Amino acid sequence: MTTVISPRREQPAAQAGRRTVRRPRKRQTRRAWLGIAYAGPAAVMVALFFLVPLVLVGWMSLHRWPLLAPPTFNAPENFTDIGDNELVRSATWFTVKYTVVITVLLFAVALGLALLVQHRRPGVGFLRTAFFLPMAVGFASASLLFLGLLSDEIGPVSDLLRAVGLIDGYVSWTSGSANSALGSAVVLVLWRFAGFNMLILLTGLQAIPPEIYEAARVDGASRWQTFRRITLPLLRPTIALVLTLMVTGSLLAFDQFWILTRGGPDNSTTSLVMVIYREAFIRLDLGSAAGISVVLLGVLIVFNVIQLGVLRRRSS
Amino acid sequence: MNRSRIGWSVTGAALAILFLFPLLWSGWASVRTGSGFGLENYDRLFTSDNGVRPHHVINSLVVSALTVGGTLFVATLGGYAFGRFRFPGRDLLFLVTLAILMVPYATILIALYVLLGWIGLEDTLIGLSLVLIMFQLPFSIFMMRNSFEAVPHELEESAQLDGCASVGTLVRIMLPAVKPGLITVGLFAFLTSWSEFFAPLILLNSTDKFTTTLAVVNMRTASHGSIDYAALEAGVVFMAVPCLILFAFMQRSYVRGFTSGAIKG
Repeated sequence: MTTVISPRREQPAAQAGRRTVRRPRKRQTRRAWLGIAYAGPAAVMVALFFLVPLVLVGWMSLHRWPLLAPPTFNAPENFTDIGDNELVRSATWFTVKYTVVITVLLFAVALGLALLVQHRRPGVGFLRTAFFLPMAVGFASASLLFLGLLSDEIGPVSDLLRAVGLIDGYVSWTSGSANSALGSAVVLVLWRFAGFNMLILLTGLQAIPPEIYEAARVDGASRWQTFRRITLPLLRPTIALVLTLMVTGSLLAFDQFWILTRGGPDNSTTSLVMVIYREAFIRLDLGSAAGISVVLLGVLIVFNVIQLGVLRRRSS
Repeated sequence: MNRSRIGWSVTGAALAILFLFPLLWSGWASVRTGSGFGLENYDRLFTSDNGVRPHHVINSLVVSALTVGGTLFVATLGGYAFGRFRFPGRDLLFLVTLAILMVPYATILIALYVLLGWIGLEDTLIGLSLVLIMFQLPFSIFMMRNSFEAVPHELEESAQLDGCASVGTLVRIMLPAVKPGLITVGLFAFLTSWSEFFAPLILLNSTDKFTTTLAVVNMRTASHGSIDYAALEAGVVFMAVPCLILFAFMQRSYVRGFTSGAIKG
């Protein structure tokens, strides 16, 4: 087969000067149409289920849009109402607080794990799998898992802490107090996402050439110096990426609070996305939900654009 | 040197226990009954008033099958187009597809709910699957484009010179060459659709349309008094087992998906 093909394949290359004028252009347009045809389904999906809703959410935010009645124009009421909404204010404050706590803790844990398993040695594969395994469980399932784990009824955590004398009596972790409810969600998110972020940081760590470490060792740099002066700077793009994922994910937190704490006690763990859900499907006011969505969307896009700019500048 | 190795092993082992413990505990709690061990909790999971019904499991399977099939179809064709063809609007469409990642889920689901109502797909498994496919596209098309780009051009050209039509080339020559990418894309489409909670919560209204995840969570949220924690853990195990089995068999596709997803940024 190859003996038949190879001389024919060389032909266009040999006669390129003469032939570029007609045949290739015709072939190119045919290829272009084929490409458009293959990209068609993706284009339809993206247009119908991404671009249209994107415009629609903006359009909805300008209207009073009850779930079951025709919409009426009311701009900018949905936006001015946001400022007066007490729940939005407390949810914004809580979401920002949660985002800061999670980003700091999750980053520290993930980086610690990545450093722990960065070198090949016996047992490292098992550790990586163990840390990553929670990622295989769906996040909603993981939230239910922790609901049981932290419960006084069947969970071992309270029993364990009572046994060592850290607490006494009945403690309700997920709904007892604002801080313990937040703490429960934080522990859940650390457990479920540390391994994932570890894996991303690990790819960054492994991209650092070993010769650089070797050179630092020869120069007599201490472990801490090597980490500060070599690992951290060279890992910066990966760190930026991981932090972006953490911040975006935390600003959009829903499952963990909806399932684990139900937003309580007293709405103290109600996140912004929970407020959007409540406006839309409990208060049946889709316009107001769209208004909050648009603001959140704007904040996240600005954040992402800044982030991309920073990433670009550093990598160039 | 030796002491630091011991320190490393002890730290690693302690952390591994900490990370594995919740999973092992949920398995243990799901089979633990008042008097010993048995499947009573699973029995309650499937028979109690708010519990999981067989049609919930079927709904989950239908949504997963539609999402995996649809994602593979759209992403394979799209990846082939982006990886192997030049056409006007190519870069723009690719950028807009990736921009789906920049626009968070929750913010456009309200609009998707209204949109599905307009096109008659409100409260349907097909509507939910279409939305899940759309959210899979940035990752999947990126993955498939890279897979197609990595196939040597000679392979495709020789097929065309043998008289293979474009579709024939794709199916017979290209698909086998991008199989690892297809497996990763399919795996992630399954895991997302199987475990997804927020999109079904918004897009499905009637309880007989619920997916298993929604039904299990409903056991917690619909109960006003006491929560049947043991039955919940049975539900957690029921949901997690397929994912853990897939993980055990396809760890490599898993890790490839996560790391390539990470590099894309």
